[in-house]
Amino acid sequence: MSDSPPEFTLTARNLQRRFGARIVVDDVSLALRRGEVLGLLGHNGAGKSTTLQMLSGCLLPDGGEIEICGNDLLRQPLQAKRHLGYLPEIPPLYREMRVDDYLRFAARLHRLNAAQTAAAVAESLHRCGLENVRQKRIGALSKGYQQRVGIAQAIVHQPDVIILDEPTVGLDPAQIRDIRTLIRELADHHSVLLSTHLLAEVEAICDRVNILHQGRLAFDGTTAALAAHDGAPNELEANFLRITGVKP
Amino acid sequence: MIRLIAWRELRSLLGQPASWFMLAILQFILAWFFLARLEAFLDLQPQLAQIANAPGVTAALAAPMFNLAALLLMLLAPIFTMRALAEERRNQTLPLLLAAPVSSATVVLGKFIGLMGFLFLLMGSVPLMLYSLMLGTALDHGLMLANLLGLVLLAASFVALGLYVSALTAQPVVAAIGALAVLLGLWLADIGAATSDSPWHALSPLHHFEAFNSGLLDSGDAVFFLLFSVVFLLLAMRRIDNNRRYG
Repeated sequence: MSDSPPEFTLTARNLQRRFGARIVVDDVSLALRRGEVLGLLGHNGAGKSTTLQMLSGCLLPDGGEIEICGNDLLRQPLQAKRHLGYLPEIPPLYREMRVDDYLRFAARLHRLNAAQTAAAVAESLHRCGLENVRQKRIGALSKGYQQRVGIAQAIVHQPDVIILDEPTVGLDPAQIRDIRTLIRELADHHSVLLSTHLLAEVEAICDRVNILHQGRLAFDGTTAALAAHDGAPNELEANFLRITGVKP
Repeated sequence: MIRLIAWRELRSLLGQPASWFMLAILQFILAWFFLARLEAFLDLQPQLAQIANAPGVTAALAAPMFNLAALLLMLLAPIFTMRALAEERRNQTLPLLLAAPVSSATVVLGKFIGLMGFLFLLMGSVPLMLYSLMLGTALDHGLMLANLLGLVLLAASFVALGLYVSALTAQPVVAAIGALAVLLGLWLADIGAATSDSPWHALSPLHHFEAFNSGLLDSGDAVFFLLFSVVFLLLAMRRIDNNRRYG
C-alpha cells in the first residue's frame, strides 16, 4: 500500500429517509476509506439496516447523496453497483439452487465473464470455507453455512465496497471467529461497512465506528477513540451507552 | 443479463417436482384429446368425403386442439407465474437483484423470457402431435402457423399479466389467484356478453385468439396482444422500481 492520501470508496452525505411521518434516518453522512472496516453501531431500531439498504441501492433516500467509487448511486446506479457487494439482514438465497450454481449466478449478475466467474467462485468458496458443501442445495444447509453463502455472494465479484448487515448473527462462536478473520482479511483489499449491535465485534474487527442513535449520527471516530471517549480508556461499553443516552 | 435471469428462472421452475407433475398431466390430457379427436375424424371421414368443401384434417383436428391448449394455458399460466416475483419478495431474495448492476427492466424481461421458455416446453407437444399427422396426410400449414403464432402471443399476454400480479404481492398463492381471477373474469365477461359488438370482447385475450384459431392473421389482434403484454410488463417494472421507493 502506498502512502497516498486515503481514498474514499463510499461517501454518503446528508442521507434522510422517512417511512410515513416517522423519520428513520436523519441527516446521516459517512465516508468509508479503502482498506478499512467501518462499524455501524446502534440499538435496535436506530436506523442501521435502513441506512445500509440505502447505501446498497435497495431503498431510495428521501434526501442526500451517495457516491460509490466516484459514481453517483442515484444517477448512475448500474455503474455504482458494479463496485458493491451487499449482504442484507436476511441472506438473499435461492434455496433450491446448489451453492456453486448460486455463486456462479451472483458472479455473472455482477458482470463477470465466463472465465473470470470460474476463478471467482472457486476463490470465494475457499475464502468462506464452503468447498465441502459446494454441491449441496442451499436449503439443506445449516444457518451458519447459509450465512457464509450470503457472505460469499457479497464478495464473489471482488467489489471495492462490501456492505454486511449483521454478518455474524445466528452463528456459533467458532463460526463467528472465522467470519471475523475473513472480514479482517477482506479489508486488506476492499473496504467493509458492517452493522452490528455487538460491542465485542466492533472491538475485534473495526478500525472506525459510527454510532447511530434514533436515526442520527451520534459518534464518528476510531474504535480506540470510542473506548477513550470522555474519560478513562477501555470503557467501550459505558461510552457507547452514554452516547446513546442510556445510563450506564 | 436478461439471458442469465431467464435461465435461472427456467432452471428454478424445472427444479420443482410440481412443474414436472403438471407437465406430465398436461401431456396426458393433450394426447388423450388428440387421439379422441383423431378417432372421431377417422370415423366421420367417409361421410365427409361426400360433401363438397368438407373441413380438412387441420381444421377438424388442429383448430380444436389449439383452442383447448389456449384454455388450458389460461388456467395454468398463473400457476407458473405466481412465484416469479412474489417468492423473491417472500424469501427476501429481491435485494440480490436490486443491489446488483441490473435494471428492473432486465429483471422483468429475464423472468418473462424464462417463463415463456417453460410454457413453450409445456405446449410444445401440441404442434409435435399435429405435425406427426404429416406421416399420413397433408396439413394446412397456413392454419397451423396462424394458430402457433396466436398461441405464442396469447402465452405472452398471460405471462405478462401473471408477472405483474406476482410483483404486487409477497404471497405466491395470492398472485396465482389474482391472475387467474383477472383472466377468468375477462373470459367470462367475453363469453357472457350479449351483443357481438360489446366492449368486453375487445378486452379478452381469448376472444382475440379466435381469429388466429380459425386461420386469420388479423393485425388488430396481434397489436392487442403486443399492447397487453407491453403494458403489464411496464407495470411490473414500475412496481419493482417502487420497491426501492417504499421499501
